[in-house]
Amino acid sequence: MATDTAATTEVSEDGVRRRDWIHIAALGTAGVGGASVLFPLISQMAPSADVLAASTTEVDVSAIQPGQSIKATFRKQPLFVKRLTADEIAKAKADDASDMRDPAKLADRTKAGHEDVLVTMGVCTHLGCVPLGAAEGENKGEFGGYFCPCHGSHYDVAGRIRKGPAPKNLVVPEYEFTSDTVIRVG
Amino acid sequence: MSFAWAKQYEPQSAFTKWIDEKLPLPRLVYNAVGAGYPVPRNLNYMWNFGVLAGFCLMLQIVTGVVLAMHYAANGLVAFATVEHIMRDVNYGWMLRYAHANGASFFFIVIYLHIFRGFFYSSYKAPREMIWLLGVVIFLLMMATAFMGYVLPWGQMSFWGAQVITGLFSAIPLVGEPLQIWLLGGFAPDNAALNRFFSLHFLLPFVIAGVVILHIWALHIPGSSNPTGVEVKQESDTVPFHPYYTAKDGFGLGVFLILFTAMVFFLPNALGHPDNYIEANPLSTPAHIVPEWYFWPFYAILRAFTGDLTIPFTGIVLVQAKLLGVIAMFGSILLWFVLPWLDKSPVRSGHYRPLFRKFFWFGLIPTMAVLFYCGGAPAEEPFVVLSQLATAYYFLHFLVILPIISQIEVPKPLPFSITEAVLGKDKAPEAPRAGSVDGGDLGAAPEGSLQPAE
Amino acid sequence: MTIRLGGILAGLAITAVLVLWSLLPGAYNYAFGPAPEKQPSYAFYEHGHGPEGGFAFDGAFGKWDIAQLQRGYQVYKEVCKACHSLKFVAFRDLKQLGYTEAEIDAEAATWTVPGIDPATGEATTRPGEPTDYFPSPFPNAIAAAAANNNAIPPDLSLMAKARHDGSNYIYDLMMGYGEADPAKATKVGFETPDGLYFNKHFPNVNIAMPPPLSDDQVTYADGTKATTAQMSKDVAAFLTWTAEPSLIERRQTGWFVLGFLLFATTLAFLSYKQIWAGLKPKKK
Repeated sequence: MATDTAATTEVSEDGVRRRDWIHIAALGTAGVGGASVLFPLISQMAPSADVLAASTTEVDVSAIQPGQSIKATFRKQPLFVKRLTADEIAKAKADDASDMRDPAKLADRTKAGHEDVLVTMGVCTHLGCVPLGAAEGENKGEFGGYFCPCHGSHYDVAGRIRKGPAPKNLVVPEYEFTSDTVIRVG
Repeated sequence: MSFAWAKQYEPQSAFTKWIDEKLPLPRLVYNAVGAGYPVPRNLNYMWNFGVLAGFCLMLQIVTGVVLAMHYAANGLVAFATVEHIMRDVNYGWMLRYAHANGASFFFIVIYLHIFRGFFYSSYKAPREMIWLLGVVIFLLMMATAFMGYVLPWGQMSFWGAQVITGLFSAIPLVGEPLQIWLLGGFAPDNAALNRFFSLHFLLPFVIAGVVILHIWALHIPGSSNPTGVEVKQESDTVPFHPYYTAKDGFGLGVFLILFTAMVFFLPNALGHPDNYIEANPLSTPAHIVPEWYFWPFYAILRAFTGDLTIPFTGIVLVQAKLLGVIAMFGSILLWFVLPWLDKSPVRSGHYRPLFRKFFWFGLIPTMAVLFYCGGAPAEEPFVVLSQLATAYYFLHFLVILPIISQIEVPKPLPFSITEAVLGKDKAPEAPRAGSVDGGDLGAAPEGSLQPAE
Repeated sequence: MTIRLGGILAGLAITAVLVLWSLLPGAYNYAFGPAPEKQPSYAFYEHGHGPEGGFAFDGAFGKWDIAQLQRGYQVYKEVCKACHSLKFVAFRDLKQLGYTEAEIDAEAATWTVPGIDPATGEATTRPGEPTDYFPSPFPNAIAAAAANNNAIPPDLSLMAKARHDGSNYIYDLMMGYGEADPAKATKVGFETPDGLYFNKHFPNVNIAMPPPLSDDQVTYADGTKATTAQMSKDVAAFLTWTAEPSLIERRQTGWFVLGFLLFATTLAFLSYKQIWAGLKPKKK
């Protein structure tokens, strides 16, 4: 744009190059300005302050009986909190060494001292459906944990993917026990 | 293009040649705003405002689409979603202030564009169609701006919607059902808010379509210029690019400095404090005014205070309210016939001594008075002042212009644009656009192109 | 020709209607009719000018005075909140006033917000959390009107933007209580109605809000003497912040943007002059 103007190309030879920088500088600055306008336009689509602030959830786990699960909400997504029975813990530990798509030990998926409390997102890692198995009487799949009906992913009692298309285990969100009975997620 | 000497687009690479065969979009751009569009060489800064208006439209569409991602057009939450944008959305305050002040700056630019047209008679043949489309754009802009002002659902939004739709109730017989139909209820509420939002989103794209027609129509006769003398030869013109792209780039920079100064330092100065109070159907603000860009027309609306009666009988022919509405719409609609009211063969106000006097000492002060009275409370002396100004406004366009175009003796016109720029003796050998002898580089001050005012 | 003739006739007709039926009767009335009655409030209203010395955030380079905002928050919490909501402000927003997250957690917990009993689903209350918004003192507008002699106390979140020159207005309003000037009162025959209070800085000088502040009404944690003027200024500053939390960030961004644009426009001007330089020989 700067060099193809008739006015500058026909100016005496020594004059041309020295003067071209001003057009390049002007265009370059305009480009920088235009690009920086994109920043707020893109950034506005990221989560807003109120959404980011609402990102912790507290759950009281004391009322959950062994073998039961509850559904809570974390960042507008379902959260499964399950209290494992002694049998289930033993079974999960026995499977720790078996061949899995996404190998993980039960101990890595629970907190020390609370290894009967399994906290996972209720979001299938395949395409985001909510797996069954958290509520009474639902299909728990071939491995007795969770089963996603959308595309047939089977998770075991520790929420690990054992069969079906899902690539990863059910995600264990960041959480901590704020007391013996209350967890704080996020 | 219409001029024989317009540069032709020549695709250089195999790829651009292929594109040019299949979809000659680069050629279109080249001919529309590139080197292929010859433009009079003597345009002054008043000719910057067309491009700036186009920029404002793009600015409003971009910021508006983004704001619509966070706004909800429901009476229960509309006000709160605007506050959500201002407080929680990343850079939401910047986007909203840019959109709100962008509307004001759009009108500043468009008013300068229109009044440039008045002074240089840009509406005259062969450019009537450009002018007519421009008036259509202006009417669409007014509708869009009004509906946009309703969306924040503050007190001024609500009562603005009430009062402006109330104008339609002045129409005999169908008026009141028409107002209820426009609002979808008996007062502004969700139905009105939702349809205003829908139309506020739609109309800018309609405007963009009419803008394309406006520019298309412009490219048939080519741009007008401050002398009003038509282009005769190649030396009268320069290619749009780089000459006017560079000048418009500079103009855009100045515009953006003023615009951002408002957005970042005085973002609420052009708005009204009452619009930060949530809409309340039970309480009207003490002093309701439209946005500043409607003040002249609001003054015309309010100037008609007396019913048209048959004297001494008490029979009312036309109510004052209807007279005001007719006059307000008429004050803009009469621009549609302007090309046929002003028949002077001379275009530019510079060569029309009588027209120029009425422009500077009649129309401009009148607009200033109307503007001031439109924003002032409906008390004396503002009512009498706005009545005098309204009378002059109509007389100026409908009576004075046709008469002076008949009786005026214009000043002698230059033979050509080149002659006007370079002086008579030099005109025949005037350097052609793009072929310049190096010795003159940077010699002429900018003022040499600016017609003295 | 027909269009021009029609235009002239239409123009004359509109002007005639305007002049004969609107302008002349109006002007006659204005000149010879009875003078419009002035409301008595015109005589008593005094335009305020805000606090002595202005606010820390005034001007294009102003900054928040964080200590002042904290004091203003204390005034809101101990005085204003009894009647006025602050519904667009959340406890998490207090971070801008220099509080830590732990302090905000603790502060939010001292407020009671509406909640739902998780066991029964009935409406109840619970301690506030940082994500909660400041609770309204009244459950709805009818309750607010009933408790306040039919005058609903307005929400204060946006008050500093909802009045002309709002920060100064809030200060002036707090300071404007007192007695009507008796000399003026006898002249225009004016009395503050029962249940209202005279305030010379309120547009119609009779306000439903009783004087809210008196000296030493709050005890500032930072030891500042709590005069009425001091509290008025602090709460006006706090409400300016609630109305426009992005004020300082906005101006700082503005200086940066303006600086960049001045630079870019200078370059654009030089480039423009450079391109046109070859084209314009001297005018003889």
